[in-house]
Amino acid sequence: MSTQTPNTDAESDSPQAERMERKAERDDEARAKAGTDADERQITLKVFRYDPEIPDKQEPRFDTFEVPFEPGITVLDALIYARDTYDSSLTFRHSCRQAVCGSDALFINGSQRLGCQTQVADLDDSETVRVEPLPHRDVVKDLVVDMDHFYDQMESVEPYFSPTEEPDGEQLQSRENREKIKMSTRCIWCGACMSSCNIAAGDNEYLGPAAINKAYRFYFDDREDEQRQQERLEIIEQEHGVWRCQTQFSCTTVCPKDIPLTEHIQELKREAVKQNLKFW
Amino acid sequence: MYEHDVIVVGGGGAGLRAAIGAHEAGADVAIVTKLHPVRSHTGAAEGGINAALRDGDDWELHAYDTVKGGDYLTDAPAAETLAQDAPENVVQLENWGMPFSREDDGRMSQRPFGGLSFPRTTYAGAETGHHLLHTLYEQVVKRGITVYDEWYVTRLAVTDEDDPEDRSCHGCVAWDVQTGEIAGFRGRDGVILATGGDGQVFDHTTNAVANTADGVAMAYRAGVPIEDMEFVQFHPTTLPSTGVLISEGTRGEGGILYNSEGERLMFEYGYATNDGELASRDVVSRAELTEINSGRGVDDEYVHLDMRHLGEERIMDRLENILHLAEDFEGVDGLEDPMPVKPGHHYEMGGIETNENGETCIDGLYAIGEAACVSVHGSNRLGGNALPELIVFGGRAGRHAAGADVGEPEIPVGKSGDGIEESDVQYPVDPGSADETSAVVSGDTPDDVIDAAVEAETERIDGLLEKEDGVNHAEVRSKIQKTMTDNVNVFREEDGIREALEVIREAREEYQDVYVADKSRTFNTDLQHTIETRNVIDTAEIIAMGALAREEFRGAHWRKEFQERRDDEWLKHTCVSWNDGNPELWYRPVLLDGENKTYEPKERSY
Repeated sequence: MSTQTPNTDAESDSPQAERMERKAERDDEARAKAGTDADERQITLKVFRYDPEIPDKQEPRFDTFEVPFEPGITVLDALIYARDTYDSSLTFRHSCRQAVCGSDALFINGSQRLGCQTQVADLDDSETVRVEPLPHRDVVKDLVVDMDHFYDQMESVEPYFSPTEEPDGEQLQSRENREKIKMSTRCIWCGACMSSCNIAAGDNEYLGPAAINKAYRFYFDDREDEQRQQERLEIIEQEHGVWRCQTQFSCTTVCPKDIPLTEHIQELKREAVKQNLKFW
Repeated sequence: MYEHDVIVVGGGGAGLRAAIGAHEAGADVAIVTKLHPVRSHTGAAEGGINAALRDGDDWELHAYDTVKGGDYLTDAPAAETLAQDAPENVVQLENWGMPFSREDDGRMSQRPFGGLSFPRTTYAGAETGHHLLHTLYEQVVKRGITVYDEWYVTRLAVTDEDDPEDRSCHGCVAWDVQTGEIAGFRGRDGVILATGGDGQVFDHTTNAVANTADGVAMAYRAGVPIEDMEFVQFHPTTLPSTGVLISEGTRGEGGILYNSEGERLMFEYGYATNDGELASRDVVSRAELTEINSGRGVDDEYVHLDMRHLGEERIMDRLENILHLAEDFEGVDGLEDPMPVKPGHHYEMGGIETNENGETCIDGLYAIGEAACVSVHGSNRLGGNALPELIVFGGRAGRHAAGADVGEPEIPVGKSGDGIEESDVQYPVDPGSADETSAVVSGDTPDDVIDAAVEAETERIDGLLEKEDGVNHAEVRSKIQKTMTDNVNVFREEDGIREALEVIREAREEYQDVYVADKSRTFNTDLQHTIETRNVIDTAEIIAMGALAREEFRGAHWRKEFQERRDDEWLKHTCVSWNDGNPELWYRPVLLDGENKTYEPKERSY
């Protein structure tokens, strides 16, 4: 068999177009049916607005947009619809729309979530969707917040592999050790955890859940040596490090990648105690 | 003006790797990216990274698979460089801490992928790109490399010599998305474009919203030939509602494709009886659409990808991310039900014409990653070959720009040289001619050139912001996306492509009237999307021109009227040059002579 596609469409001009037409008809029927069932369902999107530069928009306010409900619609879809249909100045970050770039963490109906990952239908109140910028961050404009502090905290834990000696060739790592750090490596730097943390809100120097998780990822990676591990422990144990955590679990609750952040922080506390006893 | 030795535009995998390469070669390097590096689209790559690491495999096999998979439109020196450099680069990533999946003995795991003669796809779960991106960014932080994040580069600073091969690139112009400040960036030793793919040309794509082919369009308008753009890869397994990618690793681990009759289509309808689900992506994409068009699709729209039989343990170990994606974006539990999948735009094989060191025909201008065309992927990229391309050619370009010796290139760039052939295709409209403004500027010193570019760009941006009324970019962009999806998709025919070119021309004319409703200088995404849309138009046009001209069926480029690969006439690269706004299409020969052998074109059979 060669790579040629069997020519099953000899009669029709463009099977793709024909198929899309059939699908469009079906979609129309489905919509018509839904329409007779429950009129056109609408989502009321209430969005926080603020622009420091435009006089009319300097006073923070909420704008309301009506967005048609469709099965599968996400909060990000609704925001894009509102922007492209009503107001092209509506500003928010988004890129991959598949929960991996981490740029659309927002405060949605009172909780930190990724817009792209949040199905409107799954919200407790899916009729009214209230979208605000992440709390405890400076707002740059509308839903865009200043992430610099978050990045600074991430970078303060020396988030890079740096064994005392350069490895020679491929290093081995046990499946168990990889499994141990697996969840911690999933962080997409969205900042939801940091924004949900009461301690971080009150203590600007607190490393916060994301940065401590990053430290965890390296601390428990067996490919780094003990000396480096000890240095990492010093960072984790600093005044505004792990001991600030009051195990409120809000970071764990909001993490879109299901990273057990609070557990990771507790595990590092235990490690600190253990290591300190050892050196005592 | 911001000054560095090397400016890298784009903070994805290729850009980060280039920056590290340049830094290691002693350069003061800076990354300028319209996102923050960890937001880059490399993070969405799932399946893995090919490298001949194990006994029984070697670089020659990898190079052969790459050339064959590319349907002999791959340049042999590019494929061989990729295959030779990949192993040490992958081990380097491991040494930088990348959390690869592991075998029982602790070595990095590898798995089978489509079109590979050896299971050489090294992976980190089904989130290889995420780990690669973060690992590279960590190393950038470690080295203290300057990153200008959320700075959007909109123009190159290139001198105005008549012949593009005499031009020099001294830097670029960018604006700070957060504040609106427009500034020049001087790259004393070079500017490296690492701006990624062009998914926004289509409306069903695995690509991020940010993938608007900025680098390709900027280089094009500066005079660099754009190569083989008609070869657009459609990935056979994307989620129907969003275009979110379901990794080829799912089939690599044993996932099975079924049509609505419950038949294993790749075997039962004989699309690829030897390789089944692991045939190359172009073959599987066409097979799925043929099934759907023949009435054997589910809901006339998609087919099923089933991984339930792999068992929960294996799925959790190797494909956990796939479960999350199917659940989050399609509401399907992959452990309980088959997942809906259909082909979607995935990857641009073509791009900015470069050699193995990332150099273009313009002095000081480099391109790497998906934005570039070395060309290593030919007419069809093998799964698992995009990530090694990033690190291999990213590293080489970075080091070369910084002055390190990375060897003489064998691949020529620019329009001079042997075997160059003009095209005489008749287009239904004059492509491109509605906007002739080019990207070159005059000036005596590099600083003058950059200042002139900043001035020109400031004028353009101010013009967009000052205009009170007109067309919204979203209208123009969706017009392009629709016509490209209707007419220049997996299946193509002459009438459709002609129609697409006419619509693109209309869009280009409408774009002359575009305006930005948001008048703020602060984080103006309206302005950003407006500028991106022009890049989308130019890129769509190059794709459609190449697709109309190439009257054969090769790799990802299927033409209804031409159901055969025609090596006698078409074993050549398509190149499009800007030529003062009147796109000019020409061809250069494919290089099939490798280090130890010549890759003789054979029929791809399965």
